[in-house]
Amino acid sequence: MINGKPNKYLIVGSVMTGIVLLLALISVFWTPYAPTKMSASERFMHPTFTHIFGTDNFGRDIFSRVMKAIGTSFLISVFVVTVSGLAGVLIGAVTGYFGGIVDTVVMRVVDAVNGFPSILLALVMISLLGKGRWNIVIALGIAFTPSFVRIVRGEFIRLRDADYIVRARLMGVNSVRILFLHILPNVFSVFWVSVMIGFNNAILAESGLSYLGIGVQAPDATLGSMLSDAQGYLGTAPWYALAPGLTIVWMVLGAALMGEGISRRNAVR
Amino acid sequence: MKKYLTTILVTLLTMTALCGCAGGTGASSEDKPSKNATYGGTVVVGIQQDIDGLDPHKVTAAGTKEILFNIFEGLVKCDANGDLTGAVAEEYSLSEDGLEYTFKLRPNVKFHNGNTVTAEDVKYSLERVSGLLDGTPLVSTMSAITAVDIIDEKTVRVTVGSVNPELIYSFTAAIIPAGSGEDENADPIGTGPFRFKSYTPQEGIVIEKFDDYWKKGFPYLDEVDFKIVGSAETAIMELKAGNIQIYPYLTDSQAEEVKSTVQVLSAPSDVVQALFFNNAAEPLNDVRVRQAICYALNREEIIGFVAGGDAAIVSTAMLPTLTSYYEDLNDHYGTTGNVEEAKKLLAEAGYPDGFDLTITIPSNYEYHMQTGEVVVEQLKAVGINAKIDAVEWESWLSDVYTDRNYQTTICGITSDMTPGYLLNRFTSDNKKNFINFNSSSYDDIYGNILEAKSLGERGILYKELQKILCDEAATAFLQVPVLKVAMSSELDGYTFYPIYVQDMSTVYYTK
Repeated sequence: MINGKPNKYLIVGSVMTGIVLLLALISVFWTPYAPTKMSASERFMHPTFTHIFGTDNFGRDIFSRVMKAIGTSFLISVFVVTVSGLAGVLIGAVTGYFGGIVDTVVMRVVDAVNGFPSILLALVMISLLGKGRWNIVIALGIAFTPSFVRIVRGEFIRLRDADYIVRARLMGVNSVRILFLHILPNVFSVFWVSVMIGFNNAILAESGLSYLGIGVQAPDATLGSMLSDAQGYLGTAPWYALAPGLTIVWMVLGAALMGEGISRRNAVR
Repeated sequence: MKKYLTTILVTLLTMTALCGCAGGTGASSEDKPSKNATYGGTVVVGIQQDIDGLDPHKVTAAGTKEILFNIFEGLVKCDANGDLTGAVAEEYSLSEDGLEYTFKLRPNVKFHNGNTVTAEDVKYSLERVSGLLDGTPLVSTMSAITAVDIIDEKTVRVTVGSVNPELIYSFTAAIIPAGSGEDENADPIGTGPFRFKSYTPQEGIVIEKFDDYWKKGFPYLDEVDFKIVGSAETAIMELKAGNIQIYPYLTDSQAEEVKSTVQVLSAPSDVVQALFFNNAAEPLNDVRVRQAICYALNREEIIGFVAGGDAAIVSTAMLPTLTSYYEDLNDHYGTTGNVEEAKKLLAEAGYPDGFDLTITIPSNYEYHMQTGEVVVEQLKAVGINAKIDAVEWESWLSDVYTDRNYQTTICGITSDMTPGYLLNRFTSDNKKNFINFNSSSYDDIYGNILEAKSLGERGILYKELQKILCDEAATAFLQVPVLKVAMSSELDGYTFYPIYVQDMSTVYYTK
């Protein structure tokens, strides 16, 4: 599929996401300072060479916290996309390929779920399930499934009557094989773009939930909760809010560029 | 999600809103209107939560009582020094045996409906709060009242069943028109400097000047609008924009932020903040574990982080401002953390490697949440792996406060000026004893206090109770925070009280 010339969207996007991913990986083993280490003498320090993003109200190193937070946000978002992506492929494939009453019923349910803003839906789920990062994965996973179902189903509907599928059917290939070996690989090009978009939305939704205080709990850092904490010091320590804010922008932009890159590459295929 | 420090004061306890030192009545110096004051104008006060009713005898939230203070008055009321002064009553006397109070009513005190307060109204109000009317006392201490007799039109005699030198504080309970009890919630009528104008749920409550207020020259303002502001950030923005003129619940960092545009006033609060232990829960049922945690906490550092150093460290359930009763026990565990001692005690208790601990904190209180983060970090140093469970205020009230289903919690308990108010809750059978503290010597001494006739005698016993709380490490007491109030620079006259009230009658525009 690669057609010689790499496109710059994909490169820039990959580099941006790569940096983030690298920081997240490093944070598992090492951060410049312990992310929860407090220091009474180092409260509200401007960004300097010792603390490149400055320090917060507890004298904690913001850069270290951002590193940890990236890891957390990344992990949650990856799981959310995995959960909703898998569910989307399964449901979308079956309903799109077979159609009929199952399709009608499932799609009405999907419509109903789609009717709620995903954050609102996640809020309801969290209030039923309780707080905690795995519950966020479940809640956002469910909230994000419908968009994947729609995309995958559309592709399956388009492809189910394609000549090579009809022939495979006539040859007596069983349905599972047709679904996942014959059609699915041809859906991927579209699917990956929606994965990148879904990933972006997951980062934003997770940050939103943490910002509202129902996501990952203190003193663990996430980008959303850091923003929420920083809000009170916007006037006195603006760098505190800038660090997680710009990081979110960076992550989302990186993934969006990658998505754009993938879709452009597919377009010139 | 952020709410601020002083709403700690919310509902926790105040069944009786009372005030200070020994009684006696008479005008104090602030009774004269200020010379550079102007009359008129409207002030918007930002408040943090909706009120829980308008019936002065039934509301429990401190956030409601602080507002109703402007609408209602008792026979006596608290002044800014914490002393009792006459309000509806001009003076009172206590019989030799301490069982009969005689109140002489002030002439021409008017209700907001225009009627003059009569002995009949006083009798009704006192019977309502004491439970003589329908068997349910609305103010628990007032259940000591056995009879209320009208001597003449302006004199009421109250007979009590047992001697209690602190009972006079309970006579701050609101006087309302006879028979109006059931209507108060919809149409509150009192004798205060302001009268009720309107209440819109989720928005706020508006009160307006009562022209016939008995204290001449007060209030200055025509109208006060208590407006609910969603979050502290909104409040700060509204304050800067001039949409609200007074905001009484600033945190340290907010004070920094707004002090260039408005005045910031401060005074010690009446809240004792602590890391409360559930004394019945593993492993906190072991006194050594509780003591170890007390040793582990560096309280100097805590107040440095959460209050910019602007708070008083306490080691017991008593406000340091109650100087005659307060016992300074800060040296017992030290204020800067003693990791060795803590580790030693943990090892003795069988937890040389520490244990897991959950700290349940109402998430709307930013101040407690921040304190929690510091506590988690400090406990880590002695091997205790603590984690914060941030819960909604309602679930905190039901799970922690009512059902006592928790390990530890950080919150504040609100005192009033009755010295024993905070100590009373730690007797083993008290329904407010949410920490399940159970000490027979504590209960015995508390029993003796109820027998004690003089405040001096009580003072000695109160100090013993404080020592027990500290020795037994019933709870890791932390601090008494400072109240910070933001007020528009055009205003003056804001008065701090030792109790939690927003007295708007003394506030005025200077220009």
